[in-house]
Amino acid sequence: MMENEILTLVTFFPTIGVLLLLLVPGDRHDSLRSVSLIIAFITMLFSFLLWAMFDPVANGMQFEVNVPWITSLGISYHVGIDGISLLLILLTTILSVLCILSAWRSIATGVKGFLISILLLETGMIGVFCALDLFLFYVFWEVMLIPMYFLIGVWGGPRKVYAAIKFVLFTMFGSLLMLVAILFMLFEYQKYSGEYSFDLLKIMQMPFAYHAQLWLFAAFGLAFAIKVPLWPFHTWLPDAHVEAPTAASVILAGVLLKMGTYGFIRICLPMFPEATVTFLPYICVLSLIAIIYGALVAMVQKDVKSLVAFSSVSHMGFIMLGMFALNTQGMEGAVLQMINHGISTGALFLIVGMLYERRHTRLIAEFGGIAKVMPFYAAVFMIVTLSSIGLPLTNGFVGEFLILIGVFKFNTVYGIVAASGVVLSACYMLWMFQRVVFGKVTKSENEKLKDVSWRERMVLIPLVVLIFWIGIYPKPFLDRIEPAVKQVLERVSRAKTVEAERRFQIETELPAREAGSVGATGHVAGGENLCWK
Amino acid sequence: MIDFTSASIDFELIYPEIALLAASFLILLTAFQRRLAQLAPLIALVGILVSLALVARQWGNQQSGFFGMIACDNFGTAFKAIFLVTTVLTVGMAHRYLVTRNINKPEFYALMLISTFGMMVMANTTDLVVMFLGLEIMSVPLYVMAGFARRSLESNEAAIKYFIMGAFASAFLLLGIAFLFGASGTTDLRRIVADFNYIASNFEFSLYVGAALILIGFGFKIAAVPFHTWVPDVYHGAPTPVTAFFSVGPKAAGFAVMLRIFLFGFEQMEILTVVFWVLAVLTMSVGNILALRQDNVKRMLAYSSIAHAGYMLVALVVGGAEAISAAVFYISAYTMFNLGAFAVITLLETRSGCKSDFSELTGLARSCPYLSAVLALFMFSLCGFPPTVGFFGKFYIFAAAVKSGFIWLAVIGVMNSFLSVYYYLRVVKACYFDDARTTYDPVPYSPAMVLVLIITAAGALGLGLFPQRVLEFAQSALFAFL
Repeated sequence: MMENEILTLVTFFPTIGVLLLLLVPGDRHDSLRSVSLIIAFITMLFSFLLWAMFDPVANGMQFEVNVPWITSLGISYHVGIDGISLLLILLTTILSVLCILSAWRSIATGVKGFLISILLLETGMIGVFCALDLFLFYVFWEVMLIPMYFLIGVWGGPRKVYAAIKFVLFTMFGSLLMLVAILFMLFEYQKYSGEYSFDLLKIMQMPFAYHAQLWLFAAFGLAFAIKVPLWPFHTWLPDAHVEAPTAASVILAGVLLKMGTYGFIRICLPMFPEATVTFLPYICVLSLIAIIYGALVAMVQKDVKSLVAFSSVSHMGFIMLGMFALNTQGMEGAVLQMINHGISTGALFLIVGMLYERRHTRLIAEFGGIAKVMPFYAAVFMIVTLSSIGLPLTNGFVGEFLILIGVFKFNTVYGIVAASGVVLSACYMLWMFQRVVFGKVTKSENEKLKDVSWRERMVLIPLVVLIFWIGIYPKPFLDRIEPAVKQVLERVSRAKTVEAERRFQIETELPAREAGSVGATGHVAGGENLCWK
Repeated sequence: MIDFTSASIDFELIYPEIALLAASFLILLTAFQRRLAQLAPLIALVGILVSLALVARQWGNQQSGFFGMIACDNFGTAFKAIFLVTTVLTVGMAHRYLVTRNINKPEFYALMLISTFGMMVMANTTDLVVMFLGLEIMSVPLYVMAGFARRSLESNEAAIKYFIMGAFASAFLLLGIAFLFGASGTTDLRRIVADFNYIASNFEFSLYVGAALILIGFGFKIAAVPFHTWVPDVYHGAPTPVTAFFSVGPKAAGFAVMLRIFLFGFEQMEILTVVFWVLAVLTMSVGNILALRQDNVKRMLAYSSIAHAGYMLVALVVGGAEAISAAVFYISAYTMFNLGAFAVITLLETRSGCKSDFSELTGLARSCPYLSAVLALFMFSLCGFPPTVGFFGKFYIFAAAVKSGFIWLAVIGVMNSFLSVYYYLRVVKACYFDDARTTYDPVPYSPAMVLVLIITAAGALGLGLFPQRVLEFAQSALFAFL
């Protein structure tokens, strides 16, 4: 009976919480924290309900709601989820709870604003993952920028202002071009069907001309690539990560980066399949560069947090590569790895944050021998590090393994380069771990560090449980991903055949290419109807 | 030949204007009595609200009168409502400011009402001479208001500068009207449009020169680049509530007339598309680039208002029904968030010794959390972040552009709003991220000001979440005489 409301409830429950928080006086920090924790927790319970009610074998979108919003332009509040969005929503709600819990003591000024920002951010993120209307998608995409800007700018480190504005400007640049692309699609769809609609599922039925697809893919792809971030659009990421407070870093790495890859899988691949095939080699090469470059730069970092930040660049390259291998294993692995990266990198940022709270430094050289003073901490750190590297029995292994199978099937050379990235990641992670945790306690300040408190254990244990759960028994997750991935692949594989035919025709009829006509398929010939004034 | 003139002297058509004028005369008459003079803002308020009610009654009415001199249509009525809302909000924010600056004279309100009367006349006619009259009635009180802080050097400079530039622009406009009269033998736009092909083939030179001169004249009023040079100094020097009024009222009036002349009227002149394309791109880009490096919030907002004129000019490039309703929507939205931003600046300037430099905003989030939240909301709306109304304004304008195939114009437009993010967020940065170095007096809230802030903030956010009503309002504004 809750089929229709539950998605809206999950999305907007944090916003209701914001209204509640406004009623609590700003100086009562503990009540503010408790209220927002309860709100986030209830939101998480709702999302568990979503998981329970989700039908893993059904195709297509579930829990769909479609209510007209701005009728004159065909904008509607259309939401719905498939397996991919389901998992990302769960990741969001779980990480939000952990973030509020982790910031219990570390955020002491402006507590109210901080919690309001986190909850608004949660609404924005969940909204992006369940929007099926392009306009709605864009609104949520942008809405989430503002709280993040405040989180970095107000509670961030010494270079917070620079990091915050850089983050906003980079994201805005991409998303504004995406807005123009969305508008273009609206009017193309209107010409095609006679009605205005931003509905993702409706527009997907319409074949875009090949030439238009290239532009649209470029515009959407740039917005998403900046968010992922794909090399060379990654420069905002280290700044934002290093300056952001722990909770914001966790959400940034855990969820915000996934929006880029999610955008590719939800919009770019299924809507512009022919352009996808054309752009494929470039994106693969950029991903490979990201994998190697991110790993190499991570290796020389002195600051643990920026090391983790650069490792994100490398890992996100993996996800992109797996997705663009365009086969079931690669893409399933990519989606699972999106979740895994959220869990393990989120956990790493939390762990680094705990160390920073105690010592107010994150330089690797300042530590050593932490295992002796903080044994529980060291154990969790170990598990998370190994999961980030992709050791069997942890979640990282399942994701990376599937991605590598997919990539090797697709192109052996890419596979070899990507696999060397795994080795590099083991190098920098383990080396860092060794320097921080093992050895003798060299600094006297480290001798009296307290091991993790019960509150911090509450933050870490759920993540450790997830690491092993996905690592040992990933079936429930993969089962839910599979139908969604198959649908995306079906659309792209059709385009692959069209592309192959096109290549064949170009090769056999060279004179025809000179005359400017490319192939006999309807989509391709339609390209000339476009006029760019 | 169609007979456009309807000879009836139908006073019902100008009831709203009469109400406004009556209120302003009443203020002037009571100005001599010290005790009655205190009532000036109240009289102004009542006058405006009565006028607004009368305007609402005219909605949907399409009637011409006074020998074709007055044309009452939805397009004009929509703009009249926008002017009146602007005026009422300005009255609300002005009172306390004028008192603290020791320039609280009842004439201020009378002048503002007369100026609004002028704007309403401009929007309410299709006759070029009546438009000119309206423009002058609007402008002359504005010159006085710019110099209202008599003892301030900057205010005097603003008044003189505005007067000279304004008079210059009026001369261009008048010359343009003369050329059109020479070509067509009439000043009624409807007749000119009806005979457009004949005039265009026989008096091509006069027609085009006339149109160009009119464009220049209004270009000054709406502060389009390259006719914008007066803006920063005048906006900076004038008393802040007056600047708020400047940045919205005359601009909206200028656009009302330009939309009427160039979109409803001369839509067959194809060269106009190119001219407006260049004007729009220049205005957006120059406004935004110059705004990047301002250290004074008022000056920054002056340049930003130039940039916003550029976005509105996009509607003039595109033309057609969508563009006109997009422009009406944008102007309504702009009224809300721009007046709101100026209201906050006005409020902050009532603290002693404040000149609204960026540095004065530091630590505002700590000392006045609600005020700075509202200011941030207006800044996000100026940037065009969803779900504020600023986003929808830009969205409809650029949607109209993309629909008519002006994709590159839309791309330039969004790149400009990308630039603008930097300087609008500087305000947010100063409020939230920087620590205060000096302490200022507490902000003196007055009930009227609080009400203005609530209305504008509700407008900036609420209209963004539920834009359907404003959109319908903008679409029914399409019913016009031309």
